[in-house]
Formats: sequence, structure tokens, C-alpha cells
Amino acid sequence: MKVLVAVKRVVDYNVKVRAKADGSDVDLNNVKMAINPFCEIAVEEAVRLREAGTATEVIAVSIGSKSCQEQIRTALALGADRGIHVETEGDVEPLVVAKLLKGVIEKEQPQLVILGKQSIDGDNNQTGQMLGALTNMAQGTFASEVAIDGDKVNVTREVDGGLQTVSLNLPAIVTTDLRLNEPRYASLPNIMKAKKKQMDVYSPADLGVEPKAHLTTLKVEPPAERKAGIIVESVDELIDKLKNEAKVIS
Amino acid sequence: MSTLVIAEHDNASLKPATLCAVAAAQAIGADIDILVAGEGCGGAGEAAAAVAGVRKVLVADNAAYAHQLAENVGLLIAELGANYDNILAGDTSNGKNIMPRVAALLDVGQISDIISVESADTFKRPIYAGNVIATVQSADARKVITVRCTAFDAVAAEGGSAAIEAVDAVHDAGISSFVGEELAVSDRPELTAADIVISGGRGMQNGENFAMLESLADKLGAAVGASRAAVDAGFVPNDMQVGQTGKIVAPDLYIAVGISGAIQHLAGMKDSKVIVAINKDEDAPIFQVADYGLVADLFTAVPELVSKL
Repeated sequence: MKVLVAVKRVVDYNVKVRAKADGSDVDLNNVKMAINPFCEIAVEEAVRLREAGTATEVIAVSIGSKSCQEQIRTALALGADRGIHVETEGDVEPLVVAKLLKGVIEKEQPQLVILGKQSIDGDNNQTGQMLGALTNMAQGTFASEVAIDGDKVNVTREVDGGLQTVSLNLPAIVTTDLRLNEPRYASLPNIMKAKKKQMDVYSPADLGVEPKAHLTTLKVEPPAERKAGIIVESVDELIDKLKNEAKVIS
Repeated sequence: MSTLVIAEHDNASLKPATLCAVAAAQAIGADIDILVAGEGCGGAGEAAAAVAGVRKVLVADNAAYAHQLAENVGLLIAELGANYDNILAGDTSNGKNIMPRVAALLDVGQISDIISVESADTFKRPIYAGNVIATVQSADARKVITVRCTAFDAVAAEGGSAAIEAVDAVHDAGISSFVGEELAVSDRPELTAADIVISGGRGMQNGENFAMLESLADKLGAAVGASRAAVDAGFVPNDMQVGQTGKIVAPDLYIAVGISGAIQHLAGMKDSKVIVAINKDEDAPIFQVADYGLVADLFTAVPELVSKL
């Protein structure tokens, strides 16, 4: 079984991102970039499936400018077998990403596609579901457990109020939640080996897709600041403030 | 202009997320219809018809929609949605699961988690874990939108008398099926619907100590949540997590106990009306967003609170 994993290059999760003063965009000058944490979990899950003998090959795909080849190399160092880079100018929207991934799926015919549930930059949480609709595949989103069962996959999902398990026909789409697994660290020998692994580069045209903008960002700004509060000296004072000043308890 | 709001419900009744999505639909300003898709969902359909300001309720009652499988419900919404200018749902796990599928079927972008309506095609939404607010304009003729429920005040659940119309369309994609679910059972209010939320962090030290927060919650009629650190440490289950990747809450009162205040956590609770922080580390970032901070050992402060309330 072939597994396709999508990875995205994003600002490292430890970086506190700010809007530029002129409100035109976020300030990404000289910030550390990394593989999106949910995508890293997706790579780990795919590699574990191969180590368990369920998957035969793990292909890591990333879409974006040339620099996202770094994140493909990271995925290869974590254990993916080969990479595919779909080179685009700048960022593309989730629907376009989904169309490009559909093109890759048509070439590669994977039985399972694993993506992160969302990227920590746009926080859209759309691509996996859109890909499911475009390919008419079933989807197991926000997965906390993935179990292949013959020609089906059982996915346990994190939903409001608890967990839900669904059974999906293969080929299928899975999007990862935080607790699906704990990704490994890449070892130095594996980082070296990753440099020699195959990476194919496609253009959107190679996949029959013309990127289109559906949304325009007009402005970015910092969120409304909360006004500074006060430090109370005792539990009694806290209760008094909550009852008589804030009036949130009676 | 017309808007279709996708109901969040348990077949018998509507969930609050529906009322917030209707509020966002009102801000857009078009005629509002509600779709209730489920199995044996007549009760939820009647509840939807009573919501203030609704023109019509569409009820699609079929086994194919029983567990809100995105593969089936997505096809239904895409078919019905082709008659509307806007399709809205709350930012629930169902909304997040189904709506992008609808958008792709209609070949339009999705606008996720809107927190305000600026005009019929322009919206604000948080990006980068809420550290930045983006104003975005949609170029699509038909808009598929999920609504950040904490940002909109629910419309009245009563007062309307919309007509109910049965939808016969049955979409069963036949590629997925429901196996089972494990839902947390609690007498306390739901985290996202509670007026008061009390959350514990790594400072709680273990799961047993959450009993303290539960007794405080019972005194106040509150829900109990947790930070990601407490969940990752195994103190409490995942569905209690408040934060960017967990539940987004905005209660009247949020009490953070033993929580340092990582960006991730703040993104999930900073829209609460009043925030109280109890932490023994006076430099904890949580104090920067708290209206009332108490620098104290939680193991003495919380029992004192319980006894004095």
C-alpha cells in the first residue's frame, strides 16, 4: 500500500507572529520556518505504517515556493521514501492545494493520504476535506487512531464531547490531530541519507491546475488587547470583586 | 440574497452553535433558512422553526444522515446550497468536518472561523492562533463560511414560526460508515456553552487534584476545562482541552488555576468577559490577560474559595 503525506512549510510554532505596522501582511522577516506540527504527525503515522509492514512506500509532497523543499527533506529524514515538490509562486489557497494534491493522487494512486488537520499559519482546517470531495474519497478528520483493516480503514476521531470511530473504504483521506502519535526526531545519519532520496518537481500546469485566488486579504491587525487587570491580595478580596465589581457570581 | 444555516443538533434538539450561526447570518442580512439533516430529527426541526428570524426550515430525515457523515451530508448541502448565496455553519467538529467538502463540491473557497461580518463579502477571522486578525474579501459568488461561535451572541431560540419543509433528496455516498462513539458523560454544563469555566493546568500536578476544581465548579454551576499541558501530561482527557487546538470558549467568567498562559491556551479563552488567574508564579503570562490575579498556592486558595462561596 502506497501512502501519500502532505507537508506544509510554516512559521515555527514557537515564534510569536505579529502584524506589520502598515497592516499589509504579517511580519515574517528572518523568522524560523519549520514543518507544520500536524504535518509532522502525519509523516510519523505514515512511517509507522510502513515499519509495521502495512505500507510499502511513503511519499511526502509539499506545495509552495522552492524553499519548501527543506520541509520535504525533513519528511525524508523522518523516514519518507521519496518526495514530490509542486512549485508555486507564493502561498496558494486550500482549494488550490487540494486540486494540486488531486493531480498528484492521479499520478501516484496512493491507498491512503494523510494530512495535518490544519496549518498553524492560516488555521483554515480545509485541505483534507476538500481533497476528499474532489477525489470522492471518504475522510477521517481529526484522527487520534488509525487502523487499516483489509480494504477499509478505521479512524477514531476527536469530536466535540469525545471520540467517534468511522470505517472508511480505501483509498481514503486522514487528517491528524495532536494526539495521534508523538513524532520522532530525525537522526543525523537519516538526515544525511535524506539528501540522496529522490525528489520530483512538478508545476501546477503539469497537474492540469491553474491556481486561482478565492480570497483576498485586505488587512491584518493585532487582536484587541485586554486592559490590564489587578492583583488581589486574598481569596476574600477576589470573592468580593467577583460579586460586587464584576458581578459574575452571586 | 438568501442564506442557508446548517443546524448543529442531536436530532431531538438544537445545539447553541446553530443560534450563533443564525446571528452571523443576520449580520450578513439575507433571508435565513435552516437545514436540519439527521435521522429522526423532527424534534430538532421544530426547534429550528421556533428560532427568531428564520424564514423556512428544511428537514432531511434519512438514515444516510444519521451520524453526520461528511461524505453524505456534504453532498446534500452542496445540492441544496446551490440555491443560496451563503452557506453557514458553526465552528463545531461537524461544521469543520463537513463544510470544506461542500465548498470544494461547489468549487468555491471556504472562509473559516469568521469573528465579524464587515459586509456581504468581507469578514474578519483569526490567523496564527489568534495572534493576528485578518480582514478577508471573498471573490466567490457563493460563500461557504464557518462561524466562530464565541464571537456572535446567540439569537433567541423562541419567537419564530418558520414553515417546515421536508427534503426528499437522499445522498448516500456509500464510502463511509459509523462504527461507534465514546462521549464524555457529565452533569456539568458543556464547556463551550457554560457561563462559567474553571480550567486547570500543569500546576494541578495530577488528575486526582482536578476533584478540587470539580467541587468549585459544582458550587458555581461551572464547566471544567484544562490546558494542553494538563492534557498532554495525562491528568485529564482530550475533550477538556481549552486552546487553539482544543475548545474555544468565551464564558462570563473564566478561572485559570495553575495555568501559566501559553499562547496556545490564551487563544482559546481570551475572549472571556472576566478572567481570573490563580497561580503561585507572579511572572506567569496568564496574569497579563487576567482581570483579577491571585498570586497564591492553588492548593490552599481553591479549597478556601470552595469553603467561602
